[in-house]
Amino acid sequence: MTLLLATLHQILQMLLVLTLAPLLTGWVRLVKARLVGRRGPSVLQPYRDLLRLLRKEVVLARNASWLFRSVPYMMFTAIWLAAGLVPVFTTQLALAPTADLIALIALLGSARFFLALAGMDTGTSFGGIGSSREMMIAALAEPAMLMIVFSVAILVRSTSLAEIADFMMSGAVGLRISLALALIALVMVAIAENARIPIDNPATHLELTMVHEAMVLEYSGRHLALVEAASMLKLLLYMALIACVFAPWGMATAGSGVAAALGGMVVFVAKLAVGGTLLALFETSIAKMRVFRVGEFLGGALLLSLLGAIFLYVSRGV
Amino acid sequence: MGLVVSAIAFLFAVAVAGAVARRLPQAPTVVYGGTAGACALIALWAAVRLAGGGPDAALVLPVGLPWIQAHLRADALSAVFLMVVNIGGITASLFGWGYERAHHDRHGGSHGGSHGGTQDGPVLPLYPLFLAGMNMVLIAADAFTFLLSWEFMSLASWLLVLSTHREPETPKAARLYIIMASFGTACLLLAFGVLATAHGDYSFAAIRAHAPAAGAAALVVVLILLGAGSKAGLVPLHVWLPLAHPAAPSHVSALMSGVMTKVAVYAMIRVLFDLLGEPEWWWGGVTMGFGALTAVMGVLYALMQDDVKRLLAYSTVENIGAIVIALGLALVFKAAHTPVIAALALAAALLHVVNHSLFKSLLFFAAGAMLTATGSRDLNRLGGLIHRMPTTAVLALIGAAAISALPPLNGFVGEWLLFQAILNAPALSAWSLKIEIAVVGAALALATALAGACFVRLYGIAFLGRPRSRAAGEAVEVGRAMRLGMAVPAVLCVVLGVLPTPLIRLFEPALRLLVEAGPFDGRAYQPWFWLAPTSAIGNSYNGLIMLVVIALLSVVLVLGIHRKASDRVRWSIPWGCGFDGPDPAAVTQYTASSFGQPIRRAFGSTVFRARDHVDMPAPGDTRPARLSVTWTDPAWVVVVEPPARAVGWLAEKANRLQFMTIRRYLTLMFLALVVLLVMVAVTQR
Repeated sequence: MTLLLATLHQILQMLLVLTLAPLLTGWVRLVKARLVGRRGPSVLQPYRDLLRLLRKEVVLARNASWLFRSVPYMMFTAIWLAAGLVPVFTTQLALAPTADLIALIALLGSARFFLALAGMDTGTSFGGIGSSREMMIAALAEPAMLMIVFSVAILVRSTSLAEIADFMMSGAVGLRISLALALIALVMVAIAENARIPIDNPATHLELTMVHEAMVLEYSGRHLALVEAASMLKLLLYMALIACVFAPWGMATAGSGVAAALGGMVVFVAKLAVGGTLLALFETSIAKMRVFRVGEFLGGALLLSLLGAIFLYVSRGV
Repeated sequence: MGLVVSAIAFLFAVAVAGAVARRLPQAPTVVYGGTAGACALIALWAAVRLAGGGPDAALVLPVGLPWIQAHLRADALSAVFLMVVNIGGITASLFGWGYERAHHDRHGGSHGGSHGGTQDGPVLPLYPLFLAGMNMVLIAADAFTFLLSWEFMSLASWLLVLSTHREPETPKAARLYIIMASFGTACLLLAFGVLATAHGDYSFAAIRAHAPAAGAAALVVVLILLGAGSKAGLVPLHVWLPLAHPAAPSHVSALMSGVMTKVAVYAMIRVLFDLLGEPEWWWGGVTMGFGALTAVMGVLYALMQDDVKRLLAYSTVENIGAIVIALGLALVFKAAHTPVIAALALAAALLHVVNHSLFKSLLFFAAGAMLTATGSRDLNRLGGLIHRMPTTAVLALIGAAAISALPPLNGFVGEWLLFQAILNAPALSAWSLKIEIAVVGAALALATALAGACFVRLYGIAFLGRPRSRAAGEAVEVGRAMRLGMAVPAVLCVVLGVLPTPLIRLFEPALRLLVEAGPFDGRAYQPWFWLAPTSAIGNSYNGLIMLVVIALLSVVLVLGIHRKASDRVRWSIPWGCGFDGPDPAAVTQYTASSFGQPIRRAFGSTVFRARDHVDMPAPGDTRPARLSVTWTDPAWVVVVEPPARAVGWLAEKANRLQFMTIRRYLTLMFLALVVLLVMVAVTQR
């Protein structure tokens, strides 16, 4: 019975993240437009964009291989699965014991690995520029992310996201300097991983500054729709992750009924709205940085997270 | 045990046959068939021994020095490594058979068949000897047999490196290799000397029975890290490895990189965990520190290489670093009397030993296939091979993804276990160790992420994009034997990634022998398809369910997209910034060095003093602009150059002795006699 319920929650969650992801992106775009004094498109515009892309034909570069054509599916699946692993409205999920936070990071790493390969498949210079920069950013963001995981895992004594959320909700943690450091580092990593300002600009097509956009420049039609949807999902995933670890309140737990699950969904949407507004505020108030300053930014994130982990390693026996 | 010894004796027989009949066309078939058979036999024996348990097999042969016999013994630890070495041996034999034939045909054609190829002459008799040497190290149970086998293994591999002596870089690589190998053996000799001093008995059983004093043990730890570390490729003693491993024929490179480094890891485990008795906490600290340095430096070196095989050799250095980190952690936890966590770390080390032997062999085979198909191992002359060599491309992709620790493949499982062990560090008491382990964890995470970048670069440049030379554009897929040789490790990479627990169960006898605990102790329910080691902080992982869910989601996605979306496809020419000729040199795609530039700039400018020099002609000048990259190898500056200078200086001084008059020679001899007499007089009193 419990397993059945957990499976049901899991399927619901997979559908929920899929439906909400374009809405979140639309919301961020709308708030950003309002902040700079434009009216901005409707919140539903990302859905329309995706549908339009799906209806268009695919234009493939002459020497694109099977890898180029299958990567959008692979990366979308990996990110979709990863988004399904982060508890958003309930901690009772069927897949929780199969993959922990470390596996989740590695799943996102797989998606990036294959997308970077796809960027190099067409043999154009833009794909290469995007792939090489993306891998440089990842080389710093991934260890920072793992250090954040270490901090949280040592506090909670588990790397399972469901257990982390349960523990954080119980309020047994209190305020901790390590958690504050981890939160700052996680926000920095999330900005870099989602190609947001000041690391990258999702709206740019200027060749000197493109990172993510350069990598996917040769994609079109349904492939591009998948790649775009995957980045929307990834943004939602990181917001859900931050919410799950640092603000898990309102989530349903094991044994709480249907009403709690429904309440969890409403609270989650509210959290996304707040997160999206904060992101838009941050992005409009800061300038894009040079590509080679990114190393310093993410190196800072890595050091902050390492410092947080060291504090915990020293201060706590298991 | 008799079976293993007979299989090794059979390897010697095969070597003799290879030497006698090496001109015959059937010689490669006989030699590689024989080695594959012998390896399969030993691997099977080891697997049965591990699964079935039972007493250790031991044998005393009346050979060797007159007053000591050769002790042979295969316990659970030996069996684990026998399995690794011989599975590597089977696939390398399979691949080598196809590789030799392909190269035989090529060279035979160009030389009119007179020499029967430039390579296969010396390789055939030496290849079985190399395998025999590695197997002998693993079953040796006294210091004399161990060192003899070790040296035998080193010399056989050295001669195999020399088999490509016509290539310009080989002599230098071989010279450095023989020097470093001698240095390593000398360190091991001293280590065993210290271990056996107290009682004068060189058998492992006697050494194990008499734990050395604290000072002597410390000396042994340092000597083993130097001796076995130089063979395994610990930074900064790795300098020979990226020169020597790539110089050999590709299947031998795979064995040297994927398997011989594991024999060095075996030596470390045997001495540090078994012979030395109860460890002290700082042994693990030092080991781990070297491991972390090795892991990060190894992958940074790999990111700067343009030679496929050298890149792979540096990546071996990185993986050895990860294994040594795990060994250090296991030592630390063993010293802290938390044996279950020690078992977890040691299981991670052994799992990574198996994993690395598989995907590194696979990648070296892929490099060999590229070399066979295009005649080049320079990344900047490859490209677009996914169209010309479809099977190799798929298999190499599995290898590249596995070595980058991507789930659900096997590399990730090893990494995951190691992180679980690192997460248990707060239970330790020493502050310095806790901080060190946190930093080591960060270094390991950094190395893993950089490895991902490194293999995106390797695969993206070699297999994707457009051909960078005419040879790459005209490459043809390699033969069936070579493809099969690559397919076996690729399949194992997937299987072990999805179902790692049965393999870790196989390690349990070895873990109980070394740290007296297993990684699953105290957990009640342990299904075989689930990986949930015992640890205070930690969790479970299930690659099988992940794979199934990924497959399900992909099917849903593909069906959904193809029902709704347009399936029209148009092929077109991508925008090439104005360049789009058929000439491969005029294509504006990224090169290996341009791909590495951001990382080189972020990391290399401090570590390697990497500099980009731009030579920009003045306006109106028609010569092309040039970009050149220079970097220095810190290990070379620190480890190789000072001793080389000292030797040169000493040789210069000693040289004078050759040009003296007879009178001076007589004076010298007289002085020497006086000094000796004085010494005798002093010591005899």
